[in-house]
Amino acid sequence: MKKSLERRAELLFEIGCEEIPAGMLPRAEVELRALLEKALEAENLLEGASVAAYAAPRRLTGVVYGLRVKQADAVKEVTGPPKSVAYDSVGAPTRAAVSFAEKQGIPLHKIQFVSTPKGEYLAARQVIPGRAAEKILAELLPRVIHDLSWPRSMTWTGLSGARFIRPIRWIVALFDGKPLRFSYGDVSSDDRTQGHRFLGRPNLRVKNFRDYEAKLRANGVLLRPEARRAKIEKEIAALIRKTGGRLHEDPELLNLVTFLNECPSVLQGDFDPAYLDLPDEILVTVMRGHQKYFAVEKRNGELAPHFLAVINLPKDPKGLVRAGHERVLRARFADARFFWESDQKCRLADYLPKLERITYESRLGSYRDKVERMRAIARWLAEQWYNLGMKQAHVPDADRAAELAKCDLATEMTKEFTELQGIVGGLYARAQGEAPEVADAVYDHYRPLGLDDPIPGNLTGCAVALADKLDSVAGCFAVGIIPTGSSDPYALRRAAQGIVKIILERKLTLSLSQALGAATRALHANPPKLAVAPEREAQILEFILDRARFVFREKLGFAYDEVNAVFRAGADDLVDAHHRLDALCAIRKTRNFEPLAVSFKRTRKILEKADAKEKGHALRPDLFELEAERELHAAVREAAARVQVQKRAGKYREALETIAGLRKAVDRFFVDVMVMAEQEAVRRNRLALLAELLKEFTTIADFSELGGEETR
Amino acid sequence: MKAKVKLEKKKQGLTVQDLILALSQFWVHRGCVLQQPYDVEVGAGTMHPETFLRVLGAAPYRVAYVQPSRRPADGRYGENPNRLYKHLQFQIVLKPSPADVQDVYLESLEAIGIRLAEHDIRFEEDNWESPTLGAWGIGWQVLLDGLEITQFTYFQQCGGVDLDPVSVELTYGLERIASFLQGVESVYDLRWSEDRSYGEIRLREEQQLSVYSFERSDAPAIRAEFEIHEKEAKGLLEGFERAKGPARERYPLVAAYDLCLKCSHLFNQLDARGVISTTERAALMARVRTLACRTAQYFVQQMSGEESVPAGEVRA
Repeated sequence: MKKSLERRAELLFEIGCEEIPAGMLPRAEVELRALLEKALEAENLLEGASVAAYAAPRRLTGVVYGLRVKQADAVKEVTGPPKSVAYDSVGAPTRAAVSFAEKQGIPLHKIQFVSTPKGEYLAARQVIPGRAAEKILAELLPRVIHDLSWPRSMTWTGLSGARFIRPIRWIVALFDGKPLRFSYGDVSSDDRTQGHRFLGRPNLRVKNFRDYEAKLRANGVLLRPEARRAKIEKEIAALIRKTGGRLHEDPELLNLVTFLNECPSVLQGDFDPAYLDLPDEILVTVMRGHQKYFAVEKRNGELAPHFLAVINLPKDPKGLVRAGHERVLRARFADARFFWESDQKCRLADYLPKLERITYESRLGSYRDKVERMRAIARWLAEQWYNLGMKQAHVPDADRAAELAKCDLATEMTKEFTELQGIVGGLYARAQGEAPEVADAVYDHYRPLGLDDPIPGNLTGCAVALADKLDSVAGCFAVGIIPTGSSDPYALRRAAQGIVKIILERKLTLSLSQALGAATRALHANPPKLAVAPEREAQILEFILDRARFVFREKLGFAYDEVNAVFRAGADDLVDAHHRLDALCAIRKTRNFEPLAVSFKRTRKILEKADAKEKGHALRPDLFELEAERELHAAVREAAARVQVQKRAGKYREALETIAGLRKAVDRFFVDVMVMAEQEAVRRNRLALLAELLKEFTTIADFSELGGEETR
Repeated sequence: MKAKVKLEKKKQGLTVQDLILALSQFWVHRGCVLQQPYDVEVGAGTMHPETFLRVLGAAPYRVAYVQPSRRPADGRYGENPNRLYKHLQFQIVLKPSPADVQDVYLESLEAIGIRLAEHDIRFEEDNWESPTLGAWGIGWQVLLDGLEITQFTYFQQCGGVDLDPVSVELTYGLERIASFLQGVESVYDLRWSEDRSYGEIRLREEQQLSVYSFERSDAPAIRAEFEIHEKEAKGLLEGFERAKGPARERYPLVAAYDLCLKCSHLFNQLDARGVISTTERAALMARVRTLACRTAQYFVQQMSGEESVPAGEVRA
């Protein structure tokens, strides 16, 4: 093959665009690379080539190195009629041979023969020459632009025009140093790119990727996100050293500013230390959320009166930019201070009546109604835990915290900074002398916001958070708001996941079904006074359990089948289910276990197949015919007694070991005994023995779920 | 007067009126019709028929105007340095949207004295939506050293109608830009003209309209007015469905739109008075939207000479 001699070349592809939202760029970069790879693969051009992609606010750039200049030739073979039909006895071609050759478009003498098990056949082999990559790319690149997916796209020339995240204004497409010609929407590709809006020159001709990257750099654009990030980090570190403090770390913000600037540099600004009286949470939110500034801390962790702004310019020689940012921040802080003071002209609890005007959901009433339901559930939870001997459980605290939890929704501060809901209430409660346990509970009760977000810090916070989430899930399901696919407007999946995380991480003794019962009772006793049908309640429970499976798998790393095995044995007490999962996971690696699991699977299948009237008969030892039956029966009885004791003591590992010890007896049974015996009584007795085996030993985990096809 | 002393000390940047003149001149040179503020209360320059109705249909148009915009809930009795019951928007609509619109916009900043290379100017994602107008667009807020100075929107839909061609709308916040140019912390310290401050011209209005909106407005009367205007608007819109020939061509849809604007402002008054719950809020907004969407839909039909579709098929 002359593969090594194939000439290879570079593709440079840039989609020049008006400012793309920074939050979307990291994904777009990954997607552009994947789409290029997929499209090249489909054209047999990817082999031996490597693809990279870079994103900046005004451009998405792909580069492919080592791309073939021509597709490899393809060989096409078509089998025709049998030789015996195509040639007559003297070896002259028949009508069949002639028409096959005609149809394939090749002369008769180029027809070949192939041997098959059915005899010799005619065959037409054709070499299809590969097309020039240049031609293919001009067709493929517009498709790549089209296939990039965005949360919300737009048109800029009209309904029949192109769609993209923002208007495309130029396209660079260079292959092997030469421009590729195609158009997308109202833009034609060529070899000219654009520098930084204010620092660079427009219409820069480029020759290849190296030249492109160098010209961009000379014109104020750092193409590679890593380079921009590194520059920002370096400049932040240098400024922080000067302040003598430390950075208020914020990886998300760092990522955002990396994709918000083509020529990032960092400047330090200051603000009046008098604003440091305001809580840190509020100051940081103002700086970060609205202005995208990093906050600076002193060595002792308190905020320092500085901020770091990342700007899209190399420097600020006259300090004009700095003065502008300081001025904006001053006005923002002044607003925050105004809210802080005016909100607290009355006490947090005084906002309770105002919650009547804030609707939670039209059929579920106002937040005032929700608060009453939350109080009932939180009280019930605290009471449960108190009765179980948990010293921190305090019913009046749980009640008070639930009562105050939503009050901040009526304050100006939360209206302005919606992301601070809960936190504002907690801060006001603390400032107004509520018990710390209560104030912290209010502060934390929206937590956890995601799989990695911490749960509320104290038990009262856990009670209020659970009450809030249980009420949301139960209430919404009750009025038919059930998450489907991507539609989950009330974030019920997150709520259910939060319930699971709180129970597991705080190791709370709690029956999910009883907790849900408390929520449905609250829904019935308070407005909207809805009754929840038992089937609905079962559906809600299954919804929460489904999120629990998800948490066990994705957060705690258990295997799919292990989670299913344990959940089939029940998961109403999630902490207990977690213990059982740990035990199962540990014992699964031991020698006896997998074979035993296979036997259990077999046992379940036999029982499932058996006719209904064959099952449910009492076990009669006198009907045993074989030693293996008696042995298994004795082993089951003996192990069952031990497992009972071990389970009661919470020693699941030991209990599973006891069960694993049954392997020998189970194996022998299946070798020696034919379950579906001729004689009815013997057969039914054997089924009864198996049923007992399954019943006794699947209460920790149902092993028949293990090792299925679905191993993830 | 305190404001006057300050005025004599610093005199940097354009006055508010020179800013208006500079922007007007800039955009008139780029083919815009210089229109006047609308004479019905509106919450934003977008609600002016020169935007709302002009972006519908295919005919090219370019327009510039100042629009005093009333947001009763933002009133602060003239005590907040940056929040106002009524602020000034300078509104540009370019239809269709030209390919170099960002560059031209940036030139307009240079025209009012902002040196682009010395400032941190960026386009940050901010998609605009008006639930009461059934309108939305894709675009940015333009930040000047961290200060939001312009809303930049490619209109996608207006009154529930998909726009074709797409218009671009630029809304400059005049007080903010003037404060930036003049380097003042409070809008009331702005120089409106060489010898008058913004406070001298507008403070009394801010104070009194805040008092009215928050303390003295008669909510039941406003509700009744809302009903009356809505009823009249509905009646007009229904009449259009039946109108034929010349009567259809001259049918007063523009008046129906005025009534819709009245309702929108009355809704804002009720909202500022704090007498509507969240649920009612959504319902009232939907009622205004229905008027706006029907007006837009009929307006498109009127321009193209189409006959009406049955009322049931009209989208809200």
